[in-house]
Amino acid sequence: MTTKKTAKKTPAKKKPAAKSAEKSAPAASRSSKAAAPYADAPINQALTNDDKIAALVSMVRIRKFEQAALQAYQKGKMGGFLHLYIGQEATAVGTVGQLGDDDHVITAYRDHGHALVVGMSMNECMAELYGKYTGCSKGKGGSMHYFAPDKNYWGGHGIVGGQIPLGLGIAYALKYKGKKGCCFAFMGDGAVNQGPVHEAMNLAGLWDIPVIFVIENNKYSMGTSQERSSVYPKEGLAARADAYNIVWDQISGENLYEVRAKTRVAMERAHNESRPTVLEIATYRYYGHSIADANHQKYRTKEEILEYQQKRDPIMVWERYLKEEGVLTDEQAKEIDKKAKEEAKDAVRFAEESPFPPKEEILRDVYHSVDNPGTHSNEGEIFFNDRLPWN
Amino acid sequence: MAIITYRQAIKDALAEEITRDESVFMMGEEVAQYNGAYKVTEGLWERFGDKRLVDAPISEAGFIGLGIGAAMMGLRPVIEMMFFSFVYVAWDQAVNNASSIRYMSGGLINIPLVIRGPANGGTNVGATHSHTPENMVANFPGLKVVAPCTAADAKGLMKAAIRDNDPVFVMESTILYGEESEVPDDPDFIIPLGKADIKRAGTDLTIVGHGRSVLVALKAAKELKDKHGIDAEVVDLRSIRPLDEATILKSVKKTNRVLVVDENKPYCGVGAQISHLVQRKAFDYLDGPVHRLSAVDAPAIYSPPLEKIQLPSDRDIIREVELMFNINA
Repeated sequence: MTTKKTAKKTPAKKKPAAKSAEKSAPAASRSSKAAAPYADAPINQALTNDDKIAALVSMVRIRKFEQAALQAYQKGKMGGFLHLYIGQEATAVGTVGQLGDDDHVITAYRDHGHALVVGMSMNECMAELYGKYTGCSKGKGGSMHYFAPDKNYWGGHGIVGGQIPLGLGIAYALKYKGKKGCCFAFMGDGAVNQGPVHEAMNLAGLWDIPVIFVIENNKYSMGTSQERSSVYPKEGLAARADAYNIVWDQISGENLYEVRAKTRVAMERAHNESRPTVLEIATYRYYGHSIADANHQKYRTKEEILEYQQKRDPIMVWERYLKEEGVLTDEQAKEIDKKAKEEAKDAVRFAEESPFPPKEEILRDVYHSVDNPGTHSNEGEIFFNDRLPWN
Repeated sequence: MAIITYRQAIKDALAEEITRDESVFMMGEEVAQYNGAYKVTEGLWERFGDKRLVDAPISEAGFIGLGIGAAMMGLRPVIEMMFFSFVYVAWDQAVNNASSIRYMSGGLINIPLVIRGPANGGTNVGATHSHTPENMVANFPGLKVVAPCTAADAKGLMKAAIRDNDPVFVMESTILYGEESEVPDDPDFIIPLGKADIKRAGTDLTIVGHGRSVLVALKAAKELKDKHGIDAEVVDLRSIRPLDEATILKSVKKTNRVLVVDENKPYCGVGAQISHLVQRKAFDYLDGPVHRLSAVDAPAIYSPPLEKIQLPSDRDIIREVELMFNINA
């Protein structure tokens, strides 16, 4: 598969990408010492060296997890679709990485990155891909439907834009309960043309709901480029938020500092003013829409993919910043890479060795009333199988 | 016991549950300041204020989705559909999201949500406004559906629905809102979901229905007795999913004849499920084939006298029973 080849052609970690990173940053944000753009934002100043390394670890873990998942997928170990996040890692780490106790996340089907950042384990995530009982959703959700409500992670949703009203509702509940929190509602650039997204934006603007709509703009909605799918103000997709009186901002997804800095502003707006924000994060996926998208080099050029992989890769850019700051050595970087690879390998083994759910699980988790007898005022039949296949 | 309207009974249920539980709130188009398009929520906004009664713009997908998200967080939203026909613009939220999330999360997330509103034809508002989607909603494992026909049932089922931890669709009827009947005063009066009610006991024939059809069947049953001495038992399903199979089968085994009546369209309608159940589990008790009356299988016609013909009437029921009993009327 071509996707695999391009992945292997990514040894570009040593190649500096200073120009493109700086080009995308406004001059005002540069400090006099030519530090990385947005490094001087208060939220980034507050980072310890350990925090910075942890952020790198977080991004590398996403990539290694997904590379391992891709291999397993290509060996036929899992069913369905596999939408990879590789190339977009700074977005999840820069946004979800800032979650407080009352901050929540909901996202679409490209959901592995956000899941790992909230603290879901590689094991439960890999096992879910394998459809195993030890998966985060007991093998009932698959790649597109990870959940961990105990970690404020509300999915993992398969229908484009369908999760956005839910994110609004999560933020609505926070406000209803008097919590100082927010909900990140992630979507791709394709989702901005779905009606419910606009209904949700109107309601958020109208009712002062502390939701942060994050458009992860990887330039292609499935196999259709942004230019071929959307009309929008010259400033970009996020500017559509003007129609709903919602403040918006655009972010380069290559620079973790920038993602963190601008996300923080939106979080403070949500926490302190209970106002929504639309963030558009420019990012790029190296693989197709899903791994089944074998034509992804037909709707975009090989050169374009290489440009992102070799010059604008968020992990590479972050490593460079940390090395420039003297926070990271080459050996450390190698070690982080190796550890994440091992963790992913272990997760594959865990998934391989885990059992599939027992057949009775098909009928569990459908209704709370069925799973918790005696707690509901329910009678009668609720399943309508004349005969179960295993009886 | 007080005699109140179906409308008042629903309003009382909402008011009692809003009072009882801080997490219950009601949202929909014109439910608050306007007092509800059909006055079901009249006075509630004045009583409970902006937090508990929320006027939403015309954005069903937006506010049903909001309700699901809020329910995931432990609130108990009651979302009004001004007409249930409007749920189709929010179908992905109402059925796909509401039915799937508990399952796909391996049971980690509950959705204690109620979506309620009128779902009936017969009011000359044309095809787009006259849908009865109870069969379609019931087709989604994960969802529950009830369709009360009396004030007491409306109140008891509404309260049970609000207290339930799964998404429940309560399908009402604009034609029934003004109907009066007795309702218990107990603020904890609830009717379990999935419990049918024998609205009229009889020995010769079982008529199974739900929603307004039950009242039509009761009227027909009286005439069947007077005219032909046929003693029909009328089983009101009240709840479509869960379904009280035991009560249906017990009645069928007693009477040996079944007529299923509803205002749903026939193809894959609720009656089709009941009919299958009866032939599958009570075949040996049947003295004849299961008969069915549904809305005439076409979009709801506007023309008032014709729409009346389109929905099953007491005359239609009597004629069908005469056919079942080989009576040449």
